[in-house]
Amino acid sequence: MAGKTLYDKLWDAHVVRRNDDGTCLIYIDRHLVHEVTSPQAFEGLRLAGRKVWRVESNLATADHNVPTTDRSKGIADAVSRLQVETLDRNCHDLGITEFGMDDPRQGIVHVVGPEQGATLPGMTVVCGDSHTSTHGAFGTLAFGIGTSEVEHVFATQCLILKKSRNMRVRVEGIVGPGVTAKDIVLAIIGRIGTAGGAGSAIEFAGSAIQALSIEGRMTVCNMAIEAGARAGMIAVDDKTVEYFRGRPYAPSDEIWERAAHAWRDLRSDPDASFEKDILLEAAEIRPQVTWGTSPEMVVAVDGVVPDPQTEADPIRRESMLHALTYMDLKPGTRLRDIALDKIFIGSCTNSRIEDLRAAAQVAKGKRVAGTIKLAMVVPGSGLVKAQAEKEGLDRIFKDAGFEWREPGCSMCLAMNADRLEPGERCASTSNRNFEGRQGAGGRTHLVSPAMAAAAAIAGHFVDVREL
Amino acid sequence: MKKFEKLTGLVVPIDRANVDTDAIIPKQYLKSIKRSGFGPNLFDDWRYLDRGEPGMDHGQRRINPDFVLNQPRYRGAQVLLARDNFGCGSSREHAPWALDDYGIRAIIAPSYADIFFNNCFKNGLLPIVLDRATVDRLFRETETTPGYRLAIDLAAQTVTTPGGVEFRFEIDAFRKHCLANGLDDIGLTLQHIGEIEAYEVRRRREAPWLFGRS
Repeated sequence: MAGKTLYDKLWDAHVVRRNDDGTCLIYIDRHLVHEVTSPQAFEGLRLAGRKVWRVESNLATADHNVPTTDRSKGIADAVSRLQVETLDRNCHDLGITEFGMDDPRQGIVHVVGPEQGATLPGMTVVCGDSHTSTHGAFGTLAFGIGTSEVEHVFATQCLILKKSRNMRVRVEGIVGPGVTAKDIVLAIIGRIGTAGGAGSAIEFAGSAIQALSIEGRMTVCNMAIEAGARAGMIAVDDKTVEYFRGRPYAPSDEIWERAAHAWRDLRSDPDASFEKDILLEAAEIRPQVTWGTSPEMVVAVDGVVPDPQTEADPIRRESMLHALTYMDLKPGTRLRDIALDKIFIGSCTNSRIEDLRAAAQVAKGKRVAGTIKLAMVVPGSGLVKAQAEKEGLDRIFKDAGFEWREPGCSMCLAMNADRLEPGERCASTSNRNFEGRQGAGGRTHLVSPAMAAAAAIAGHFVDVREL
Repeated sequence: MKKFEKLTGLVVPIDRANVDTDAIIPKQYLKSIKRSGFGPNLFDDWRYLDRGEPGMDHGQRRINPDFVLNQPRYRGAQVLLARDNFGCGSSREHAPWALDDYGIRAIIAPSYADIFFNNCFKNGLLPIVLDRATVDRLFRETETTPGYRLAIDLAAQTVTTPGGVEFRFEIDAFRKHCLANGLDDIGLTLQHIGEIEAYEVRRRREAPWLFGRS
């Protein structure tokens, strides 16, 4: 019998029941909750007279709507305020732990979960948010769900699911200096496309993935959904286990030893087979910049904006033409010649301490270019912010002319007051360059934290390898 | 949940690949704590020339006459014809809510993003997968035939053109059953309470760390 993949193991361990039609009832260990996708689920639960199945499985925080400026005055936008207050009230009424807007542990749900040890290896983790794939970095089966499924998890602690296909993306070798986890995952998406992982759970493997820090692995898994895969995951190793030692919600003492022992089996067997297997050479990956309105529209920073006329597929060509019009770019333009208006360093992709360190290293002793209207750094959580301040990163950013903000999703999706104005062009460490994502008419280029900081200093894209 | 049995509906073509959920319903409308009322903001950035915010009178806004949804011939459409990877991006169920609220009952595309696809079924919306060549043909026929309607039969798993050409589509048995009967799958899962409880007892013993506090 062929060996099992990591995904097979996680799936099998969580099957409550196999249905005749091929679906399974899958048990959910951790349910993370935020204000945007939960109110209708709480309401549905109440209307049906149902209870929360296992209250302590749920952990909530407000992240999408929260202001990143002074919070002492609350949320100015009444609609946003009501949504956050609704989460507060629902969690209070049902006894669900919530890190509210003024809690020092508040932050982006995908930063907060692992930081607290609320996400652990071997768990199933869901959240009404597509970037839940982030948590796969620890040998976890983690994926985003819609609001109906949020309600289903509240009520039953389970989901009815059909198993996805096994897919592996290996990145072998050593990446060059200046090439980060973000560049690796953008290169993967550039290679397989935004639907490349559709219907699959992707395991990221290979020596370049193993060499990444835990935070780097989170960046890679975070963008699995941008490759079309609901879940991305990486095998557990010593780094994974050590990451969780001593975290508030992680086990301790004898239970810790048992858990750590069990976690070491969370890897694909050597003879496991994958329906799709992709290989990338790490040495060939250069710092990446997206030029279009889909994460697959990406090139290396030393490249040029591609020409749609060289694209054979008519639908893809049409998409490229649309994207160039929206982005106001011409084929053949060197990425380095693209001038920027705003810089955003943050989001569940790149707002952890290592991301801020990488950006600060580039910004140290420099000044944001006079042509940049706004360069902002938004830490992923209150604890990340505190750590950065302890290390003096806030001073480096402020001295360089960056704004140092309070934690939240911020301008990744612009649900709060942070946004691009029509026509503005932004170098962003977030995950989606869709039309209007950062504000109606705004133009987003996805890059790594170091590339974003370098672009802030220069006023246009630069190759971090040349700094 | 609304049942889906049969439908003969006017078809509106959205001729772009990778239509994302930010395009289907922009983020400012996600601040709502309700499940309804998203229809006027379906494809908001493409549909209107001015910037929309929650609470506006959308009937007073400047519409984009070039956008397909605003063309009189597609008014009242119930079937949305789309390209590959429709609904990619975020998990927002507001996307199917907006389609439903607008009056769309079924979508036809060569492929969908996984989360969106799943969310449709929770809302009585039928996402049909047909191969690329067939979808190409339907796009051509829709664009050249005013008043083009397709007949969809869930039980028979068929899409039939006005000319009587029938295409069969595949659908998971469980999803078909729920959609055809308008079933709430929470109710179905709760029929297995005993199994869920037994699973928990076993797992608490095997892996107690999974049941730590939060």
